[in-house]
Amino acid sequence: MKITLSKENFNEGLKKLAKEYKIYAPKLFPYEGRFSDTDLIRYATVDSLEEMVFDKKSEFSPKEVLTPHSETMFYFTEKEYKEPDVEEKGALIFLRACDRHSVKRFDEIYLRNKFSDIYYNNRREKVKFAVIGCGEGFDSCFCVSMDSNKTDEYDLGLNIKEDAVELHIKDDGMLGHFNGEKSDFEIDFATENKIVLNIPDNIELNDVIDLEMWKEYDKRCVACGRCNFVCPTCTCTTMQDVFYSENKNTGERRRVWASCHVDGFSEMAGGHDFRTKHGERMRFKTMHKIADYKRRFGYHMCTGCGRCDDTCPEYISFSNCVDKLTKVLEGEDE
Amino acid sequence: MNNIYMPKPYKILDIAKITNIEWLFKVEFDKVDEVNYGQFIQISIPKVGEAPISITEFNVEEGWIEFLIRKVGKVTNILFELEVGDDMFMRGPYGNGFPFDERYKDKHLIVVAGGSGCGPVRSMVNAVHKGVKSVEKMDLVLGFKDNECILFRDEIEEWNVKHEMVVTVDNLCEDGQCALGVQEGLVTQHLHKLDFKNMENVEVVIVGPPMMMKFTAIELEKMGVPEEQIWLSFERKMSCAVGKCGHCKVDETYVCLEGPVFNYKQGKKLLD
Repeated sequence: MKITLSKENFNEGLKKLAKEYKIYAPKLFPYEGRFSDTDLIRYATVDSLEEMVFDKKSEFSPKEVLTPHSETMFYFTEKEYKEPDVEEKGALIFLRACDRHSVKRFDEIYLRNKFSDIYYNNRREKVKFAVIGCGEGFDSCFCVSMDSNKTDEYDLGLNIKEDAVELHIKDDGMLGHFNGEKSDFEIDFATENKIVLNIPDNIELNDVIDLEMWKEYDKRCVACGRCNFVCPTCTCTTMQDVFYSENKNTGERRRVWASCHVDGFSEMAGGHDFRTKHGERMRFKTMHKIADYKRRFGYHMCTGCGRCDDTCPEYISFSNCVDKLTKVLEGEDE
Repeated sequence: MNNIYMPKPYKILDIAKITNIEWLFKVEFDKVDEVNYGQFIQISIPKVGEAPISITEFNVEEGWIEFLIRKVGKVTNILFELEVGDDMFMRGPYGNGFPFDERYKDKHLIVVAGGSGCGPVRSMVNAVHKGVKSVEKMDLVLGFKDNECILFRDEIEEWNVKHEMVVTVDNLCEDGQCALGVQEGLVTQHLHKLDFKNMENVEVVIVGPPMMMKFTAIELEKMGVPEEQIWLSFERKMSCAVGKCGHCKVDETYVCLEGPVFNYKQGKKLLD
């Protein structure tokens, strides 16, 4: 059902949904940005439309709702491994089409890829998605090139107008919560971006591993891993055991986000390491996003949200890198 | 849904101290019938962490598996504090292991192992040696850093009786009088001593440090061994062993899921 309703009525509906769901959306955290006097926009629980920020891109993606950056897997007491209690409430996540597509990548790794992950599954089966229209998108976006600018996989679809909300309710359980006039509209998905990429199919590792272009990143990349942490499709984690200093017999096993750019990602006990140069790590990440993931699962991993470009302290642009790679593979001189 | 990360406690049956930093841990196990040569287990120490360790030997009737563990990291340091009778937490077995029945049965099997790389191949070598698995013949080239580092001495002596074997160390001991007929040099310098007359029947398994595997495979290719008849066992950092954490991924391949054993045709493309 498609309706148009006032923002007050929308907020009334949210209040009703809040009994069943924790409501997550991009939210402004004043003065918490990475430079002085800057704000941070990241996902957090909200109560009303006014708290949600959609006129700017969130620095972090909604992936932290599905896989928290630090998640307890087990509590240890002497010889017992105990799993943490499962959150009973579901989650309603407000997100853009590209980020909805990124959830498909998480499902691929955590629910399939030979084994299924219970922690992810417990959260995922209680999640509903509210997809918002983007309109024009932002300067660093390239979702159209990655085929992730549109989606029909949502429970709520909405366009936020100046003084009204256009709401497409697909989830039957949410139908009774919102009061508005029946109307007709399409979700306002972005249809073009300033950045356009033409990624060649089937890029082979062997053809790109020795390219000169990666060497630039040996110097420019500082291996901070921010691009991985803000990426809505980076799924890697590391397990980390801790014990409580008050009682060393008890502790917990956590998994925390990991980054293929950060030192130690591939280092084994005894010190043997792989991809020690930062350019090699850039190549590893790039190939995963636009080549080897697709070879394994049939579609590109990157969704073109551009967050990696926005966050890099060295102003490295991923879309630029992909563009450069494309040109080299098409025969242009490096 | 079961929790794939939940380890179970198993009793340590025996600990044999082979060298100062390499001990053999024999541990009770209830899924030995699922184990294949060359697979690995996630050993889990609460409050410390987990580590992927190759199964070096197993016994289905007696219900145990054995690990060759080198004391080099956080988890293995704590393992060396455990005693016989203590519990060890484990989950697995994981990985593919060596395709013995599919590819090596009744063939001329050549095993080239370096240092603790002897661990992952030992159960297969013993199975062939004891006649549990049949090959046309088996040759062994085992390389170690020095005389002190030689592993499985008793078994090497037994293998030596029945099989063509070269044991080599990087540097001979000072008096030049090492036991076991030990020779000097890298494993690649001794490959020419093997009999490759019936080339199409040869299958070569290489396990060891990355550089040793790389140059052994290159040398074998030069000698005319087709790449489809060369096999490698990879070692990678792993956090989960079940295709989630991403640490062991190379290109589109997850070493924990599709490896650790790779045919060289695929393995040579797994570039870092």
